Amino acid sequence: MTNSDKGLHKLTYREAVREAIREAMHKDERVFLMGEDVGRYGGCFAVSKGLLEEFGSERIRDTPLSESGFVGAGIGAALGGMRPIVEVMTVNFSLLAADQILNTAAVYLYMSGGQFNVPLVIRMATGGGRQLAAQHSRSLEGWYAHIPGIKVVCPATLEDARGMLWTALQDPDPVLIFENAGLYNMEGTVTATAGPVDIDRARVCRAGKDITIISYSASLHKSIEAAAILAKEGIEAEVIDLRSLRPLDEQTFLNSVAASHRALIVDEGCRSGSIAAEIAARIMENVFYELDAPVARLCSVEVPMPYAGHLEQAVLPQVDQIVNLVRKMVGADG
Amino acid sequence: MNENDIKEVIFTILKRLAPESDPSELAPDENIRKALDIDSFDALNFFVRIDEELGVSVPEADYGKLNTLTEMLAYFSRRLA
Amino acid sequence: MAEFCMPSLGSDMQAGTLIEWRVQQGDRVRRRDVIAVVETDKAAIEIEVYEDGVIESLLVEPGEKVAVGTAMAVIGTESAVKEQAMPAISAPGMHRGKVSPYARTLAAARGVDLNMVIGTGPEGAICAADIEQAAPAEPAKPAEQPGEVAEPTQRAAMRRAIASAMARSKREIPHYYLQTRIDMHRTLQWLASENAQRPIKERILPVVPLIRAVALALGEVPELNGYWLDDHHRISEAMHIGFVIALRQGGLMAPAILHADALGLDELMTALRDLIQRARSGGLRSTEMTDATVTITSLGDLGVETVYGIIYPPQVALVGFGKIIEQPWAEDGMLGIRPVLTATLAADHRATDGHRGAQFLDALNRYLQEPEKL
Repeated sequence: MTNSDKGLHKLTYREAVREAIREAMHKDERVFLMGEDVGRYGGCFAVSKGLLEEFGSERIRDTPLSESGFVGAGIGAALGGMRPIVEVMTVNFSLLAADQILNTAAVYLYMSGGQFNVPLVIRMATGGGRQLAAQHSRSLEGWYAHIPGIKVVCPATLEDARGMLWTALQDPDPVLIFENAGLYNMEGTVTATAGPVDIDRARVCRAGKDITIISYSASLHKSIEAAAILAKEGIEAEVIDLRSLRPLDEQTFLNSVAASHRALIVDEGCRSGSIAAEIAARIMENVFYELDAPVARLCSVEVPMPYAGHLEQAVLPQVDQIVNLVRKMVGADG
Repeated sequence: MNENDIKEVIFTILKRLAPESDPSELAPDENIRKALDIDSFDALNFFVRIDEELGVSVPEADYGKLNTLTEMLAYFSRRLA
Repeated sequence: MAEFCMPSLGSDMQAGTLIEWRVQQGDRVRRRDVIAVVETDKAAIEIEVYEDGVIESLLVEPGEKVAVGTAMAVIGTESAVKEQAMPAISAPGMHRGKVSPYARTLAAARGVDLNMVIGTGPEGAICAADIEQAAPAEPAKPAEQPGEVAEPTQRAAMRRAIASAMARSKREIPHYYLQTRIDMHRTLQWLASENAQRPIKERILPVVPLIRAVALALGEVPELNGYWLDDHHRISEAMHIGFVIALRQGGLMAPAILHADALGLDELMTALRDLIQRARSGGLRSTEMTDATVTITSLGDLGVETVYGIIYPPQVALVGFGKIIEQPWAEDGMLGIRPVLTATLAADHRATDGHRGAQFLDALNRYLQEPEKL
């Protein structure tokens, strides 16, 4: 698989995002990147490392520590005909720009009577697991998915990290791209020709007939790992990568649940009012009579994220929890 | 009426009695009643239909001589000659 | 006023689907009129009404599946006798324990009574696997099968219906078995000479004199003709002989030749031909499905010598016939070759004893030695 002769090349998730930005900058001169430390420092997560040298300070712009200010500037630039990529360091800080995102970007088209689209892309890191404690470890993508007027996508794979940005930039409306910071160092291969991908459909990552595990972002990889363990026990789990939380491609997971008759949602967000809750509700609404077990959710424990590593891991969904839950649901827990 | 015509008639009747079967797959010397699971009622129905289609009234004593396609073709050809 | 209820068309039936009404509101009906067609696990059955009167209202729409005993129509009867509706037996879906929605859906589709299923899911819930256990889906046959082959679910339903009736029989009925060999040469000779004079259409099959002989023998041993119900043996005055008919797509039915004792050989042949045709193509009547008082099964066509049958509850006897085979036969100190039939009787020991059973087989043999009197 890793043979470069076959047109595959090895890279990290971080590099895939960087390649996507570079490609967009080359393809469309209206595209520019701005955010805290994206230039001289190379990005808080080193995503934009080297881009300042390549594209110059006009197109790779360091901003002051003012999320509300630079997200607002991004909205203005988009209205003015540019195609800005605004990097918000993490979703935690996006709350300072929440008014710009929810009350301006998301509703501008509507409030202007259909006159002004906001073709803005906002990238932000999300998720816990890196011992950054309660103020820097939230997973709020489910929150944003609550808001009509924006799109919320969560690339979990290298292909999506590489391919979602360009499609997001082509979208006439605001698109939020959530990159789980735990994935940046994930290595893998993509084909040399990897290019834009859709940002509105879920994907079946692994086929199985006994249960459907619905997940996205970092939790997807835990789900896939769990499915591999379960397969050794003869339990065939189908794993679905939602990819986009808004729009939510319900048909893909509904079809799967209708066939497997069981559903488990694995979501790093807190359970109450989560996207997992939304998915569970849609399953009830649409395929209730196909269910052979109550829909189950595995979400983060509802406490402020602890700093201590072992406690933090205890809060986040884990592979063994997925395995145990599935065993119970399919009646294979002895 | 040549042998092929007779065969056609036999197949049509058998197909009606055993709709899920394909009489054309019968081997010439295969026991038809066993192959197509035809009970005595359908066997009688078969001879009633043969009478209607070919005008050959098979006496009961001859039933036992008509087990296979080969036997039937020979018998009906002779009766129709 | 009387209620016309979904009849039980067999001890194994729990519910039926109304296919069509043959009457409208305001129609005058007479006892035994066919007023509806109902689909059971086994077939579409024409349902007769049991009283004279006027259809006041139809309560069930075609396509609806209702439990046995559910009122389907209100009939205004001239005799103001108030008929009491049969109490509805609990239908699938009445189960109050934990059942997954999918298991419920499966159970309804396969006609599984949830009360009879033990849940093995979380917290003892009945889940799909438990329904699969109770009623496995039949493997789908290739789709290109032509003709009147029933859908797999219907075939599975029939299999379960048979399973339920036969399991009940073996569980509840203490069977005893008797067997005798009958020299058939007189009957067959008589039949051959009779048939030789007849056009094909009017020929009589050997099973017909057998049925006739059973009817006559039952006349001498009436205890075998009837039911065991509520701990009581009920001898039936009418004689409706159920005849087991194998269906080409699998499964079987045992519709009754009504008033078989009143039919001569030609009438029996006609009745049997008609019954087999309708069993295989649909169009049996409800009384034919419910009223059999005794059953005959004949497996002779397949070369089987002896049939040890299982009684169809609540009947008390089943007569089995094997193949008529040429065998050495000693009689009057001489050895000869005779066509020999093995006849068996499976009977309910609660209702009769071996002695009466033996008298029945003896009478059966006697009648078959005097075929001209049949």
